Amino acid sequence: MAVCVAVIAKENYPLYIRSAPTENELKFHYMVHTSLDVVDEKISAMGKALVDQRELYLGLLYPTEDYKVYGYVTNSKVKFVMVVDSSNTALRDNEIRSMFRKLHNSYTDVMCNPFYNPGDRIQSRAFDSTVTSMMIQVC
Amino acid sequence: MDAPEAPLPPVIYTMENKPIVTCAGDQNLFTSIYPTLSQQLPREPMEWRRSYGRAPKMIHLESNFVQFKEELLPKDGNKALLTFPFLHIYWTECCDTEVYKATVKDDLTKWQNVLKAHSSVDWLIVVVENDAKKKNKTNILPRTSIVDKIRNDFCNKQSDRCVVLSDPLKDSSRTQESWNAFLTKLRTSLLMSFTKNLGKFEDDMRTLREKRTEPGWSFCDYFMVQEELAFVFEMLQQFEDALVQYDELDALFSQYVVNFGAGDGANWLTFFCQPVKSWNGLILRKPIDMEKRELIQRQEATLLDLRSYLFSRQCTLLLFLQRPWEVAQRALELLHGCVQELKLLEVSVPPGALDCWVFLSCLEVLQRIEGCCDRAQIDSNIAHTVGLWSYATEKLKSLGYLCGLVSEKGPNSEDLNRIVDLLAGLGAERPETANTAQSPYKKLKEALSSVEAFEKHYLDLSHAAIEMHTSIGRLRSAKFVGKDLAEFYMRKKSPQKAEVYLQGALKNYLAEGWALPITHTRKQLAECQKHLGQTENYLQTSSLLASDHHLTEDERKHFCREILSFASRQTDSPGQKIVLPLHCFAQLRDLHFTPSNAVVHVGGVLSVEITLCSQMPMPVHVEQVAINVHFSIEKNNYRKTAEWLTKHKTSNGTINFPTETSPLPVPQNNLPALELYEMFERSPSDNSLNTTGIICKNVHMLLRRQESSTSLETSSGVALEDGAHVLKCSGVTLEPGANRITFRTQAREPGTYTLRQLCASVGPVRFVLPHLYPPVQYDVYSQEPQLRVEPLADSLLAGIPQKVKFTVTTGHYTVKNGDSLQLSNAEAMLILCHAENRAVIYSNTRAPVTGGESSVLGMTESHGKHKDTQKAGQCMATTDHKVSIDCPWSIYSTVIALTFSVPFRTTHSLLSAGTRKYIQVCVQNLSELDFELSDGHLVDPDSNADLRLVPLNAKSPQHIHSKQSVFFVWELKWTREPPPSLRCRFSVGSSPASGGRLSIPLKPYTYEFRVENFFTLYNVRAEILPPSGTEHCRTGSLCSLEVSITRLSDLLEVDKDEALTESDEYFSTKLMYEVVDNSSNWAVCGKSSGVISMPVAARATHRVHMEVMPLFAGYLPLPDVRLFKYLPHHSAHSSQLDADSWIESDGLSVDKHVDEQPDGGGGGRCRGSAHLASGGEHRGLPMPRLQALPPGQVFNASVGTQVLVIPSKDDHVLEVSVT
Repeated sequence: MAVCVAVIAKENYPLYIRSAPTENELKFHYMVHTSLDVVDEKISAMGKALVDQRELYLGLLYPTEDYKVYGYVTNSKVKFVMVVDSSNTALRDNEIRSMFRKLHNSYTDVMCNPFYNPGDRIQSRAFDSTVTSMMIQVC
Repeated sequence: MDAPEAPLPPVIYTMENKPIVTCAGDQNLFTSIYPTLSQQLPREPMEWRRSYGRAPKMIHLESNFVQFKEELLPKDGNKALLTFPFLHIYWTECCDTEVYKATVKDDLTKWQNVLKAHSSVDWLIVVVENDAKKKNKTNILPRTSIVDKIRNDFCNKQSDRCVVLSDPLKDSSRTQESWNAFLTKLRTSLLMSFTKNLGKFEDDMRTLREKRTEPGWSFCDYFMVQEELAFVFEMLQQFEDALVQYDELDALFSQYVVNFGAGDGANWLTFFCQPVKSWNGLILRKPIDMEKRELIQRQEATLLDLRSYLFSRQCTLLLFLQRPWEVAQRALELLHGCVQELKLLEVSVPPGALDCWVFLSCLEVLQRIEGCCDRAQIDSNIAHTVGLWSYATEKLKSLGYLCGLVSEKGPNSEDLNRIVDLLAGLGAERPETANTAQSPYKKLKEALSSVEAFEKHYLDLSHAAIEMHTSIGRLRSAKFVGKDLAEFYMRKKSPQKAEVYLQGALKNYLAEGWALPITHTRKQLAECQKHLGQTENYLQTSSLLASDHHLTEDERKHFCREILSFASRQTDSPGQKIVLPLHCFAQLRDLHFTPSNAVVHVGGVLSVEITLCSQMPMPVHVEQVAINVHFSIEKNNYRKTAEWLTKHKTSNGTINFPTETSPLPVPQNNLPALELYEMFERSPSDNSLNTTGIICKNVHMLLRRQESSTSLETSSGVALEDGAHVLKCSGVTLEPGANRITFRTQAREPGTYTLRQLCASVGPVRFVLPHLYPPVQYDVYSQEPQLRVEPLADSLLAGIPQKVKFTVTTGHYTVKNGDSLQLSNAEAMLILCHAENRAVIYSNTRAPVTGGESSVLGMTESHGKHKDTQKAGQCMATTDHKVSIDCPWSIYSTVIALTFSVPFRTTHSLLSAGTRKYIQVCVQNLSELDFELSDGHLVDPDSNADLRLVPLNAKSPQHIHSKQSVFFVWELKWTREPPPSLRCRFSVGSSPASGGRLSIPLKPYTYEFRVENFFTLYNVRAEILPPSGTEHCRTGSLCSLEVSITRLSDLLEVDKDEALTESDEYFSTKLMYEVVDNSSNWAVCGKSSGVISMPVAARATHRVHMEVMPLFAGYLPLPDVRLFKYLPHHSAHSSQLDADSWIESDGLSVDKHVDEQPDGGGGGRCRGSAHLASGGEHRGLPMPRLQALPPGQVFNASVGTQVLVIPSKDDHVLEVSVT
């Protein structure tokens, strides 16, 4: 489903980033990094209006020719970015939303781990497998 | 009136289209009314209620009035809505029945039949009435009849289908009224027609859509049908509804494409899959692109044609709706979508064709938007358009790369062919943009024409995109476009231009810790720097890359070799140093001192072992590793003592350095942790807590300004320190991973050495760690010699020889043969030396401390100097003596104070027996030692010849034990009148009782004092006589107390005071007597005190008689009789007394002073307590004062006398008090 999943810290450094076609990892890194511009924009726009509604899903950040980049931000300003292949038209907003929710749950589990130091790179195997399950569904 | 001649070809400009209304009947009449009608019709809006629950709308109606023709009526199956006549009106002016019957009726019938034939039910008959005509023809029927007739004839059940319009060209209220009624009718009819006909049309359309699964169904046909509906909505200015139609078409088509991708292909879709031959971009300047529309109609459109047409329509409608930003957003989606769809449908597209199409389309959309918005609007909505800009930039870039326009040499023949092909696909420029200089078509054509033109256009676009991204805060996107630009510059071999962009991007990635982009950008930067010949920067970047784990082993080795080859190449040119930060080359992990407390004495050997973790992928030979050391002489001398150093150093000696988490050092998190310490400040005097707080020890690290440019990439921040103190280690080969390096040094100068910089040299390359943090230091100490002098016993006593211990701690000083200590002492203290002087040298194994002990006898005389503290009952008075010692290691003398305690306390008292006087001296031994006292003398230093002191003492020597006293008594005899005061000096020799024989005479212990007013002036005698007739006193019965006060001398010096009064050479003084019985044995009845005037003459006697009653039986002591001097009030004197002194004296009372008298031996003290205040109740009033007489002046002759008191006989209870 997703070709790249990234968790980005409040300070905008990656906590976790994985992409499915590994040979093009760099491109996804650039893409996710660039998408932070839009995330920032959306968060600051949302800052006043949507803060009470607790809408964490940011929607489509920006489309490119080949990929669609979606964003999600937790209350602690940790960002989830998901890159989806544009040709995968079967994916609707709702599916993306639920994927993000799943990701968020898994992330929360990581944070609950007393041995995890918030701000460190995520190396949890459970989280990894959640991400894997999101990526595998594509084929 | 000017109706379109034929429906084909329909020249459709929807804005000009209006719903068609046909006019039949009297054309001249209509022509005359038409201007008013067309003007009045749209004036008022009408509510249009819609089917299918759609919200009602207010709409302004307009119509296109055409002459009725049968051809206008749609035939069955004709779906054209635009040319559909929504309403048919028959106009007549007829007011004559004859005429009506003759012509109009026939005409109407014919008209009605035609309509019926085409099943058109939307018609209206308008009868225009004209007053002018009526006047001409007087024989006319009442006007209603014609209308009635028409209604009868044609509107059998719909009488409202016939409307009367009265005097339409006049300006009267009636005319107005009639017009309003007519217009309302007309609008209502029109709307009804719309609702009916559009509803029917929509139903048909839906039916058609439902058939889409049938084999023969054609999307293009359906497209035309639904578009017809869109046109009508647009015609009615219902753009929203019109847009919905197109969006539905769009969605339908997209769904087909998606389904096709999923294998569910529709036949008609294969047509859209024909190879792309034309890529001339979107055309948005015309409301309707008829060319493309025809292609669709003829089912010859390609996918791009269809999409282009669809979008152009959506764009037009969105612009009508004032939503230009949605156009931009949809455009981007469309372009991305088209590219995807072509891919999905596997349409063959020549390389670059899509890029051209996208590029042209982007610019076309942007120009279209710019055309309908002002500058300010555009500037504030950059966020919407910037995507198109960067997309266009991207596409132009890929075109450039494709066509060899970016290479250094320019396009080759193959590239040129490709360019020609691409240009061919563009076709000719559209006429509507032909005159525009900056049209997308011209731009593209120009950009593809030459390398230079391409560069110009590409740079323009890139800069515009970067600027826009930056202006809306999308810095990351701006950097990303910048990186593309850098790549372009690198291709064009102008690395100096590329560097800025690469540095900018790298800084951004570093700041946010994105490892892969960092590595990639660094690689590009390395290449750039290599081209630029920035050796230092290149080497630094190389070292960073060589240690980068995101690169492959080979790449890392490559960069490592770059450094090494540079280092080996440059060895011949000495002096040139390249300074690079160490952390990318190797990391300092830990440091270990031997000895582990990092403290060595001068001359000792210290070794420092460090662990360096090499980041290089291969072994690197390092010529020298050096640690720069900063030397400082510690101000605080104590810190250098071995004692302190051993106490305060961490014992294990290993210092760990925080490892930089190699992949992602995020600057924000890289701040050191707070180092907080508790702080207590106590007052030096009583050790109480003054302040307490928390101190942050690394404030300088935390609060320093965050460098806006991280110094990671700039070597300027690293300065090579040149210090005199360097620890070196040569010829080390650093293997990848941990390496241990040991430095050895011999400590020379004492002080604190702080390790500052670590530097590894590879040829001319210096890898420098500019600061070691946490700070590491070692200490070299050298102890100053010290001298201490201590008594052997607990304390020193004055007056006797004692031993003192001298301790010399030599420290760094070496004791030489013949070294001596010279003592300079005060005179009062003698230093007694033994014949043989010995010094023992003890050597301390741990520290070179030598202790010497020399036995010195010290003694001090204590006379005169001691302060006899009043309060110290048992404390010995002390006296200090300073000894100045000259030591061989110092040019300054050491002054040491020795404290001696005086072992004796001496007091004296004056005793009287009538007029005979005795002086008693009491010597009290306070020390722990026993002494022998000898030769007790009391002399008058003034050598008054009239005075003699007769000793009444035992033979000396006398033994005085510890904590005991010895008394000495002398009788004072005089021949003439004695002086008012007498100075005395008491001296006694003392020596320790167990001291044995002493070689030297010791100075005697002396005590000086003064006796004043010792001469007895008054004799007081008291006597208690039993009541007359009884032998003894009885309890409860009054006895008489006889007090006789006798003056013993004539006028003396001491009498001359205020109390003395003189009259006729006859002197008298006022005295007050008081009888007090403190033991409550007696009750004094009546006056117990009184003032008497005493003549100042020898043997003058004053008697006082008083009644007293004994309260107890037994031998009772007599009550005390006290005498005071009665001083008259003296105004001058009292005025001197201020309030304070009154208050001070308040606590004193007569009684109190009298109490003190018996033990107050010292004459000197008696004078000090001279003044007495009267009672507190007299305060503030001028009252006489009382002054106690000094004890020596009054002799109480009856002191100690007792009187026998017999208990009363009739008492049943016998109380006997025995004293």
